[in-house]
Amino acid sequence: MIRARVLVSGDPLSLARGADVVKLALETELAYYGLEQEIAVEYMGQTGREDVLPLIAVYPEGTLYGPVRPEDVPYLVEEHLYKGRVVSHLLAPPDFLPGKIAHLPGREGAMYAQQRVVLRRAGSIDPQNIEEYIADDGYFALGQAITEMTPAEVLQTVKDSGLQGRGGAGFPTGLKWSFVATRPEKIKYIVCNADESEPGTFKDRLILEGDPHAILEGLALAGYATGAQEGWIYIRGEYTQSKKRLEEAIRQAEELGLLGDHILESDFSFHIHVHAGAGAYICGEETALLESLEGKRGIPRIRPPYPTVVGFRGMPTVVNNVETLANVAPIILHGAEWFRSRGTEKCPGTKVYTMLGDVNVTGLVEVPLGTTLREIIEVYSGGMKDGKTFKCAQTGGSSGSIIPASALDVPLDYTSMREQGVALGSGALLVCAEDKCVVDLVYVLMRFFQAESCGKCTPCRIGTTRMVEALDRLRHGQGTEQDITDLEETAEYVRDGSFCGLGQAAPVPILTGLRHFREEFESHVQGHCPAGVCPMQPRPVAEAVSHDYLGFSLPGAEAPG
Amino acid sequence: METNLTQIHEVIEHHGANREALVEILRDLSQQAGYLTPEALETVAAQLHLPASEVHSVASFYSMINTRPHGKHVIRFCEDAPCHIAGGQAVWNTLEQTLGIKFGETTPDDQWTLLPTSCLGLCAVGPVMMVDNDVYGNLTPEKIPEILARYTGGDA
Repeated sequence: MIRARVLVSGDPLSLARGADVVKLALETELAYYGLEQEIAVEYMGQTGREDVLPLIAVYPEGTLYGPVRPEDVPYLVEEHLYKGRVVSHLLAPPDFLPGKIAHLPGREGAMYAQQRVVLRRAGSIDPQNIEEYIADDGYFALGQAITEMTPAEVLQTVKDSGLQGRGGAGFPTGLKWSFVATRPEKIKYIVCNADESEPGTFKDRLILEGDPHAILEGLALAGYATGAQEGWIYIRGEYTQSKKRLEEAIRQAEELGLLGDHILESDFSFHIHVHAGAGAYICGEETALLESLEGKRGIPRIRPPYPTVVGFRGMPTVVNNVETLANVAPIILHGAEWFRSRGTEKCPGTKVYTMLGDVNVTGLVEVPLGTTLREIIEVYSGGMKDGKTFKCAQTGGSSGSIIPASALDVPLDYTSMREQGVALGSGALLVCAEDKCVVDLVYVLMRFFQAESCGKCTPCRIGTTRMVEALDRLRHGQGTEQDITDLEETAEYVRDGSFCGLGQAAPVPILTGLRHFREEFESHVQGHCPAGVCPMQPRPVAEAVSHDYLGFSLPGAEAPG
Repeated sequence: METNLTQIHEVIEHHGANREALVEILRDLSQQAGYLTPEALETVAAQLHLPASEVHSVASFYSMINTRPHGKHVIRFCEDAPCHIAGGQAVWNTLEQTLGIKFGETTPDDQWTLLPTSCLGLCAVGPVMMVDNDVYGNLTPEKIPEILARYTGGDA
């Protein structure tokens, strides 16, 4: 008889900080008091906060301790789990809690607006145990779809819900599915884009590690609706832990007949495979992803034909983001109306944001679409750090826009943002206070694109390099008026002339930065960085670099040891 | 450490000898051995019945596949905007000064390789770096010597 449950954060960062030793210590101490039959100790996935890891949650009360060291455990077990007294000095700082962790009784009222759909289970179940997922309505949507609904009904429900792709573009998911569902080909694929590498975005990792079965269920539902028999999860190569979790989750689901041949003894069969990448940002672009999935260089394909017509292995393919798929099962289970009750009319549902930069609470927050940036900063992120003044925010990873203070009250949703000429992107919100320099920020963003450009098309390959050079001159006080003009011109060429989304999005920070903070660029030309961030001194003359164009077979290079 | 034939056979067997598994095969081999020699690439090409140029082109595209040797310890420092905003530039400079090399280089004694990396997804504790497989967050220039000493202390 289990009367209490102790969850230890098991994400890579916690493990690096000794969560495994803490868990072992907990188990040992509980055994000492003879409580091992009454109190279960398990790992939980991402908790949404990284400031107090390793974190321990004691349920049913939902008490949070953190950061916990192994040497704290004996006292904690004796006081809280044996004597029933909360150890106040080990509690996680309470003012950081609101809005960060789901299902905390007594805290939901304070955070009325945070409505968790996608992150509902992250941090409250053991992600490596399928039974906990099932106990929390898991696989009910799939069961309901297979036994009570036709594929067309499932598709219609997703269409009615108005769900839009959460990868950044906001394309209607139901419409994308129907493109594939209506194709005559027998073989079709569903691909989950888990190649999350937008700087400042880690929502997908949290979902994959905290609730892997939700993605599997979403994939299977997409397969059922479109007539696909196989699902592929393309996961970023660096996410080794997420990959392990997914593979284990697939194994458990297949064992119970919830995936594989004849799911729930029906005629519907669906197999899911996990494919890990090898480090390339461009593979987040859907056609480059498909190339990489086929074992090739991750270079974008020409569109049209779109993947919905000619996709993986030349067959019709749906490519959906992790967060999009995580929304599918709740929609089927609760209906389109329920989903539409959140968010705005044109952009229903919730969105997960990664809050970063000069705010008091960094981490993930899930709020309805249409919530303003001001509200997110003030309510969920505890305001600006050290009472600084808001200068700008950068949305959606590197391909996002720079939002000035005047847009603080624009609702964050795909339509409103587009009307403002900015992009919501992948959901990162990098908040900068007045002591940050826009030129410096744009330079760092552009350096990223220069490194990650795949080299296929000239505007992106050469353009990003030229823009980095111009920005670097400005940073070092060597820029001229002409550099700003060139920067703007090049940015427009790259935006209009690039082959894929990477190049088209790359200049956006420059263009939006120039639009809202042009005077800051100009004062760099006059040799002054208003924020005092840039070096503003000529860079020492670089020595000539000898290029090795092939990158392999170095004559004379010998292996160490 | 160089890749040997047995390793190559094992990895190919694990992923299956087909074209689609090429990226995963090369990544796993590179992770096991540290880097891939031209001979290893040619063996993979022969096993998968692919032109060697094709295998080279894939291997040189991905950042997790190395085609040249690295030092004993590899530092991957995140250079993206969230870490930069959190004070990454100062840590970057300290790393270069402490090790006496620039990013992308290896120390002459083959102990350290310093690499920039794209976002590691740990932005809430930026600036972040990875030393081999260990993650360090909330970095400051002051913390660098102490962290590096952990790796040289044991075997120096």
